Amino acid sequence: MTNRYETVFILTPVLSEDQTKEAVKKFKDLIKKGRGKVHHEESWGMRKLAYPIQKKSTGFYHLFEFESEAPFVDKLETEYRRDERVLRFMTVKMDKHHQAFADRRRNKQSATSGDDTAERPARRRKEENADQPNS
Amino acid sequence: MAENNASGGEIRYLTPIAIETKKEKYCRFKKLGITYIDYKDADFLLRFVNEQGKILPRRLTGTSLKYQRKVGQAVKRARHLALMPYVGDMLK
Repeated sequence: MTNRYETVFILTPVLSEDQTKEAVKKFKDLIKKGRGKVHHEESWGMRKLAYPIQKKSTGFYHLFEFESEAPFVDKLETEYRRDERVLRFMTVKMDKHHQAFADRRRNKQSATSGDDTAERPARRRKEENADQPNS
Repeated sequence: MAENNASGGEIRYLTPIAIETKKEKYCRFKKLGITYIDYKDADFLLRFVNEQGKILPRRLTGTSLKYQRKVGQAVKRARHLALMPYVGDMLK
């Protein structure tokens, strides 16, 4: 029995680009090793934090969408806690609405050319625009 | 006296009574068919907090209970990830 989860973590801004990539890769490998399947990943890049965390005002955000068994989440979160590069993390289980939303958002992002959005009903499109995160 | 009242017909007031024309509130999620409120979208969630970053009550926003719970959860998640402030000033 697997569930779908979405996890976001914030890395310290003091890391170099390579170090950040390496940290991201570490967690990705961890998910794969834990018999999880990464469906989607998103890097939001360096963002300003709404409030300082560990006296830092910016952070590097990264998101994973994965499917795994429930006990794995605990392992992943322990690893987050141990890693000093991680300022903040959050893992949420995706319910069916969340999954549908994520799928729709992904499709929209992949179809950046715009012909996909044109044929959708206006109301739906408006809702998605409202729900689109600012990146 | 009762007869007088009946023949008089209309009731007159010294000052015109103020009739509140209340604008009907509605739940935007129900109306637009939104089923999931994304915590990653801080700009959207900003509509449901006051300028101090406090979550607005349902009686002001008109959100239905079902979605108010989801709004609350989304705001709290956004706060945890520093996408929204826990305490703020002049957010709007």
